[in-house]
Amino acid sequence: MLRFVLRRLVLVLPVLLGMTVMMFIIARLLPGDPVALAAGPNATAAEIAAYAAEFGLDQPVTVQYWRYLSGLLGGDFGVSIFSRRPVLDDLLTYLPATLELVLAAMFLAVVLGIPAGLAAAVWRNRWPDYLGRVAALAAISMPRFFLGLLLQLGFAMWLLWLPLGGRFPIILEPPPLVTGFLTLDALIAGDGTAFATACRHLAMPAIAMCLSPLATIMRMMRASTIEVLQQDYVMTARALGLPARQIVFKYVAKNAVSATLTVIGLYFGWLLGGTVLVETVFDWPGLGLYATQAIVSQDFMPVIGVAMVIGLLFVLVNLVVDLLYGVINPKVRYS
Amino acid sequence: MTHAVASARGQALRRGWFRFRQSGLSMLGAALVVAVLAIAIVGPWIAPFPGHVAGGVDTANRFLAPSLAHPFGTNELGQDVLSLVLAGTRISVLAGLGVVVLGTLFGTLVGAVAGFAGGWTDEVLMRLSDLKLTIPGLILAMAVAAALGAGLLNMVIAIALSWWPGYARLVRGEVLARKEEVYVAAARAIGASPARILFRHVLPNIVSPVVVKMSLDMGFAILTVASLGFIGIGVRPPTPEWGTLLSVSRSYMPDFWWTAVFPGLAMFVAIFGFNLLGDGLRDVLDPRARR
Repeated sequence: MLRFVLRRLVLVLPVLLGMTVMMFIIARLLPGDPVALAAGPNATAAEIAAYAAEFGLDQPVTVQYWRYLSGLLGGDFGVSIFSRRPVLDDLLTYLPATLELVLAAMFLAVVLGIPAGLAAAVWRNRWPDYLGRVAALAAISMPRFFLGLLLQLGFAMWLLWLPLGGRFPIILEPPPLVTGFLTLDALIAGDGTAFATACRHLAMPAIAMCLSPLATIMRMMRASTIEVLQQDYVMTARALGLPARQIVFKYVAKNAVSATLTVIGLYFGWLLGGTVLVETVFDWPGLGLYATQAIVSQDFMPVIGVAMVIGLLFVLVNLVVDLLYGVINPKVRYS
Repeated sequence: MTHAVASARGQALRRGWFRFRQSGLSMLGAALVVAVLAIAIVGPWIAPFPGHVAGGVDTANRFLAPSLAHPFGTNELGQDVLSLVLAGTRISVLAGLGVVVLGTLFGTLVGAVAGFAGGWTDEVLMRLSDLKLTIPGLILAMAVAAALGAGLLNMVIAIALSWWPGYARLVRGEVLARKEEVYVAAARAIGASPARILFRHVLPNIVSPVVVKMSLDMGFAILTVASLGFIGIGVRPPTPEWGTLLSVSRSYMPDFWWTAVFPGLAMFVAIFGFNLLGDGLRDVLDPRARR
């Protein structure tokens, strides 16, 4: 199994390498002049040239790329041409916020989606199933940013129950930094008020993000449960007179979940790349907002950095999912 | 095409249509899609205030609440929101269609060549599409759109660039399966060229999974177009694109909620319609997915 893990990790390298090449092509070959944009509207040609020289952008693309790659080996992700801050520092600052949001959304999606799918399959072709299917399709069709705006309108502007956006009020002291997840850090510090505040900020963005994975998990779970329900051993269990509840929860659910697990892994990566919209709506200080600001100003080092972090996390999560198959189903062998 | 084949196809179509009609949801989806397409065609002409669609403003009537004269209210420039939403339908549908068609053409070409040629070509093309699948699509599309500059066509190209790998994978898989069929061997024995075999015998047989994927993707493409508009990359005002409308009117909530809610609802209804239709078509055309 160790060999399986190592081989998968080594296979990530060409993907990351390809990613840097592709982003360099986009950044350098497409029209658009990031340097002039960064130097400001009143910069003279000489000032722009000096600015380009400062960041090595006056060199040929191949030289720039080579510098970037050798920097990467030392953990240097380049520098933002706008803020002049190292990209790695920014990534480390914004990553925990995005991860916290994605994990919260995924948690909601799994906790609600798996029972919903199970229920839809058990009551197949009856009203809970129809209702669930229509709701799932509606959830997939709902633009996340529009749902986010509706939530803001309802819960933050009219009912005044939840904060409009942000991650933690500036006027309050955040819990001491341990994991970077504010909710966890508040728990570790034993600060109940801070935990409640963090959760109140997390609630709406997490709900806006969880709908479409929730719907997909529900549909997957329904389909795989229906398949498992038709297996011989389920019929045997029925023939033996086991109570329906025991059959569904003890034998069917466990086997149906393993097919759904793949979707969960794939969706995790999709969510990481899709936080952009929700973070924009809720001013959530994460990778998506960071990437958006960098893209609008055509500041490409941060964009490559974000794409690489997301790609790496995506591969890692899917590796964990593959390993989890073995935990759920001991028949799985890694080769 | 011989008569027997034609009548067999006609029968299959009739059977499919029968099955499609059985599902109320599919019919609802078809109705919604027809309505959206009709509005996309005539929208700019039935807009009650065509002047506003062209960018005209009426500052005396800013932020009027929904009423009989303005069912969706007016926005910060005094423009009739209903007119903008109606005119925006054409932009969103055209852009969505553009993305799906471009993505399908390019993806099908890549997938067909990869699957048909095999070997080294296959390896290179598929690794390239894997790479595209690993980079978050929205971020890639945003980066390309920002680099190309604002504009509807640039945005469509940017999104289509991150769209084709799904089709490439699908088509490659189907081509690999069809390649081994007896009729392909027969065509080859007669001396048909590889191009003729691909375009005349293989591709026509994989149309239905591609059509299913296109119809399922249509809603998602409209959503992506609106997302870029919402972020502020892509179409710029005064073009009445739904996502752009939403992003501008965001700052006028909660007091002038109608400026944001109605474009958003239009978006949801259109996407929901295409998704219902796509689901219905898949049930009819793809027997494996039927349950």
